[in-house]
Amino acid sequence: MTPDDSIVLRFEDVSLHFDATVALDHLSLEVHPGQTYVVFGAAGSGKTMLLKVAVGLVRPDSGRVSLFGQEITGLREQDLFDIRARVGILFQEGGLFDSLTVAENVAYPLTNQRVLQQAAVTPEGSAGNGAVRTVDDRVRESLRFVELEETLDKFPAELSGGMRRRVGIARAVVSAPALLLYDSPTAGLDPITANTIIALILKERDLRNTATIMVTHRYQDGHLMANFRYNPNSGQIERARGGEDVSQVSTKFLVMNAGRLVFEGTEPELQASQDPYVRKFLRVGGA
Amino acid sequence: MLDILKPPIEAFQEFVLLSIRAVRNIFRSPHYADDIFVQMDVIGVGSLFIVSLIGLFSGIVMALQMARALTQYGAQGQVGSIVAITLVRELGPVLTAVLVAGRNASGIASELGSMKVTEQIDAMRALGTDPIQKLVTPRLIATAVVLPLLTIISDFIGLIGGYFIASGMLGLTFSEYWTTAWQALEYNDLFQGLLKPFVFAVIIALVGCFYGMRTTGGTQGVGRSTTSAVVSSSVWIFVLTAFITYVWNRAFVKQ
Repeated sequence: MTPDDSIVLRFEDVSLHFDATVALDHLSLEVHPGQTYVVFGAAGSGKTMLLKVAVGLVRPDSGRVSLFGQEITGLREQDLFDIRARVGILFQEGGLFDSLTVAENVAYPLTNQRVLQQAAVTPEGSAGNGAVRTVDDRVRESLRFVELEETLDKFPAELSGGMRRRVGIARAVVSAPALLLYDSPTAGLDPITANTIIALILKERDLRNTATIMVTHRYQDGHLMANFRYNPNSGQIERARGGEDVSQVSTKFLVMNAGRLVFEGTEPELQASQDPYVRKFLRVGGA
Repeated sequence: MLDILKPPIEAFQEFVLLSIRAVRNIFRSPHYADDIFVQMDVIGVGSLFIVSLIGLFSGIVMALQMARALTQYGAQGQVGSIVAITLVRELGPVLTAVLVAGRNASGIASELGSMKVTEQIDAMRALGTDPIQKLVTPRLIATAVVLPLLTIISDFIGLIGGYFIASGMLGLTFSEYWTTAWQALEYNDLFQGLLKPFVFAVIIALVGCFYGMRTTGGTQGVGRSTTSAVVSSSVWIFVLTAFITYVWNRAFVKQ
């Protein structure tokens, strides 16, 4: 099969069960480069499983999942490693390694993923002026991106919840992945910290045009993703102006219920929906 | 009826698969030598004091118990041989293994369990590392190397404990005690005394890792996994020592 990069991620009739519980129910989905998906759903609706199945951490019972045009459903774990190197994930719990420092955590993808180990000394890892960027440089750059450069030598346990989430983002983006998956990045955070996290996600998306899937239960997160963009000149997040910006149309909303997709569409379509389950997510955020 | 059997059979299948992958990874790269040495330090050096202490007192107790019985037959001179045989064949390996199971099977299960519930295991897989290669295999190698060594140390210190009693209470000289102890042991006993801790080590490491890796249900789940790991590994140690002794006697000891 020839890898096809025009579709970053494709789910074809994917189902997954745990005993009697349905996690994913005949789910089909396509994510294109630069596109943003915001996934809403109640607890246990299969949102996290969607992300885990997307990178092969959990194998579906039936259906096919393709990443960058390559079907991953039947691949061995060893073969999945190289494909996963092109995906960044922020886990709900952060997933930072307790026994490693912040710097070691952020460096982990670069030092452990085969393809990224090679890239660290090839043009992809170079600064463009012939100088080769070391792993250390890239780690610092990534931590600077989340404004936590001063925490290099700290351990995750020494950081606040919001800082741990930001380090998680730094680790997810250090390898400049083509697809980023965020599992409830704002869960359990105060509104100010939550907005900081969303601003970082926007910044990463708009600077690198990364395809993004964000699972959340805050409507406001989705609203920001659809209507705001990062301005590299001012370094600020600002409201996207209609017409010249594509983020509005490239942001799609999904709503999941008991493993099924019950809604797929743009923000105006979401707001117009009369489905009582879908409308619950509109009321929660109230943005 | 079949539904009741399904979970334990599935668990056993998972355990066997984990064991096969952990052993297969010993011969595959990448090798995490640093992790192996760290685990050897945690399991081996960390258990040294307590293992020595238990060894010393089990030697003392054996000598005290045997002294009374042997004195009735005027055979107190044989205390060295009885302490040596019981310690090297059975008590040394089993007591050391039970102690290490309590200390390290629980430690392994709780560490891996915490990593599982905080999604660190998933993160590891997502970031290109096989958790079995990185977490299970180093613990298996480290335990399999250090438990036989700890057992040798425990046996020796137990013999020293026995000597304290033999010389202090029974008036045996240094050479009387150590000569009988030395002569009582055959190569057969030494091999059995080293095979057992090796087998127990494999069980302790794999059971600890198995329960850790299948932890679910947050911090409560970590507690459950830790308890299950200690209980299972301790039970397996006693079952296997009986099995190995039986097979060994049938195979190598002339009746």
